[in-house]
Amino acid sequence: MTLADAMTNSDAPSVIELDGVSKRFTIRKDNSLKERIVTFGRAGRRHKEDFWALRNIDLTVVAGTTVGLIGHNGSGKSTLLKVIGGIIDPTDGAVRRRGRVAALLELGAGFHPDLTGRENVYLNASILGLTRAETEERFDDIVAFSGIGDFIDTQVKFYSSGMYVRLAFAVAVHTDPDLLLVDEVLAVGDEAFQRKCLDKIRSFQQEGRTIILVSHSLGQVIELCDRAVLLNKGEIVLDGDPREAVNDLRDLLEGRRLAEAREDEGANQSGKITNVRALPDHKDSDEPLTPGDTLRISADLEYSAPLSNWTFAVQIDNHMGQAVYGASSKSLGMQLGELQQKRTFEMSVEDLRLANGKYFVNISILDEANRHLVDFPQAASFDVVSPPISSGIVAAVPRITEVR
Amino acid sequence: MAQIGSSNGKTVNTWSALRDIVSHRQMLGLLVRRDLKSRYKDSSLGFVWTLVRPLTQLAIFYFVIGKVLGAERGIPEFAIYVYTGLTAYGFFSEIVGGGTSSIVANAGLIKKIYLPREVFPLASVGSAGFNFLIQLGILIVATLVLGSPPISPDAIYFIPALLIILVWGTALALLLSAINVYLRDVQYLVEVVILLLMWASPVVYSWEMVSSLAGDHTWLLEIYTNNPITLAILGFQRVFWMAGHENPASAPEDLMLRMLIAVLVGLIALLISQRVFARLQGNFAQEL
Repeated sequence: MTLADAMTNSDAPSVIELDGVSKRFTIRKDNSLKERIVTFGRAGRRHKEDFWALRNIDLTVVAGTTVGLIGHNGSGKSTLLKVIGGIIDPTDGAVRRRGRVAALLELGAGFHPDLTGRENVYLNASILGLTRAETEERFDDIVAFSGIGDFIDTQVKFYSSGMYVRLAFAVAVHTDPDLLLVDEVLAVGDEAFQRKCLDKIRSFQQEGRTIILVSHSLGQVIELCDRAVLLNKGEIVLDGDPREAVNDLRDLLEGRRLAEAREDEGANQSGKITNVRALPDHKDSDEPLTPGDTLRISADLEYSAPLSNWTFAVQIDNHMGQAVYGASSKSLGMQLGELQQKRTFEMSVEDLRLANGKYFVNISILDEANRHLVDFPQAASFDVVSPPISSGIVAAVPRITEVR
Repeated sequence: MAQIGSSNGKTVNTWSALRDIVSHRQMLGLLVRRDLKSRYKDSSLGFVWTLVRPLTQLAIFYFVIGKVLGAERGIPEFAIYVYTGLTAYGFFSEIVGGGTSSIVANAGLIKKIYLPREVFPLASVGSAGFNFLIQLGILIVATLVLGSPPISPDAIYFIPALLIILVWGTALALLLSAINVYLRDVQYLVEVVILLLMWASPVVYSWEMVSSLAGDHTWLLEIYTNNPITLAILGFQRVFWMAGHENPASAPEDLMLRMLIAVLVGLIALLISQRVFARLQGNFAQEL
């Protein structure tokens, strides 16, 4: 029995049931009355193209769970969220739902720039299903949460973009939803406000509300969700443990990227970096790295003209594209001699203590002023599995003792 | 557990759509207020601007058509006559014009939040109604100032006349707003047709002129008269244009019966356009 089965069979009532839901989009190339008439009938069919955004989705979400929808761009996750929210009708299949829904698909969708913050709060709250009396009751909380203060009686067109989304988020989370649909909106406002948003989401979880989250921030999905659904081309590929789903997605993305990269591989420059490999020492190549292992990174380098006084540089990025490690022949104070014919170098990185996740290796050839002559970004990748005793990008062993 | 939206291609039935709208009536009120508040928000004259257009029209028609071209010779109290017609027709054109573009104008909301989509055309009906009330107030004041207050048994015509405009206007607004999502040409077409349609009703000339012009072609006159907008305008004229009461030839026979039939037919049209709207609205979010 998979984890997903265990969840659907648990005692909690289900809040969402999707039964064989499919969604077809018709892409038309003729949009005006004139074009429609010209291309009427048989010819019109040639101007249409069908695209299945969702295919045969069965999904049951039980109350109190937080589900992450992940997938690459265009995999259908936002469409699925809109179908659940009732914004788009499915072409086929049935959607059943229970309770009050608040959809955070785009913050401030109902805001009118010419109205004041106060007027917009009332309008937006009523759009999200609150009565006037309920809004009045929560008005002070909403203003306090948003941190807008005295600007509440200013027209929202004079708001900064941060104030705008803060007020919108404050309204949405105060509508007391049983089911919260969130699409990529947690990345708004400054850091302090983001933390406030995440805290609010966590308190929603604690209160037993159901949350469905679409996010490209895979770290967030692992952190917040009990369950993740991985979509690819409108179909559910994996439904279960968020860590597993996130790893699968990374492999999927990596496969796509490599396929694209193979087409224009390094030929644009006058140098070449080929045959890059990043392998853990003493292990099979498929096996993930564990903290403390030695990583061996090797590459074949060549250059069209003789190159002296150059640098061989390696950088490791995490899945967010954040540089977590870098070293070069220059940082080690080494001279590698002239480069023209193919030469193979290996850099071994000892005692590497990275945290769980997928990492990418970038290789560069730099000239004496550190200008990039040849780059091979994301030339290789490797996985790290670290014990779940800590989070962040460094895997160090924590220990808590009472000192006083 | 509630079924969400339509499924398997079936559309939501009219009854549940109506229930959905009633449950959102508070929001409907706020949407109307948003429309009204935002329209003249930063202008110093504000709502006075709603009066400028009909008053300008009145001035043009009164002086150019009435005085210069001499249309007022056959129509006593020409100013009240024209303003009555303009008020009624303005109400109708604002419902249809505003309603047609309402769905596209609220694309941001429709794409992101589930609401019964009928509220947007209905909100334009509401804001048109507000402007209509203001103009009606001016009309009544004008009749008092000119010494012929609208007090007569014919005041009863006000109810069917208003109903005709509301029912037919809403039916067209619903239908056209849904079609406009798929064919944006509709909103420009509607502007032109509304401009034209005013001349198909006795707003600046009198019904009597048409009936004497039609002569023996009674069927032509019947078609002209049974246009619901014509009936509504004739109804309003019975209410506010006291001078018309002296001349029995100024209105067709059986006006009340004709108006009631127009209301009934309008209700059927409203039902049909709601069905079309319900069928088309499923794809709004992706077409906008």
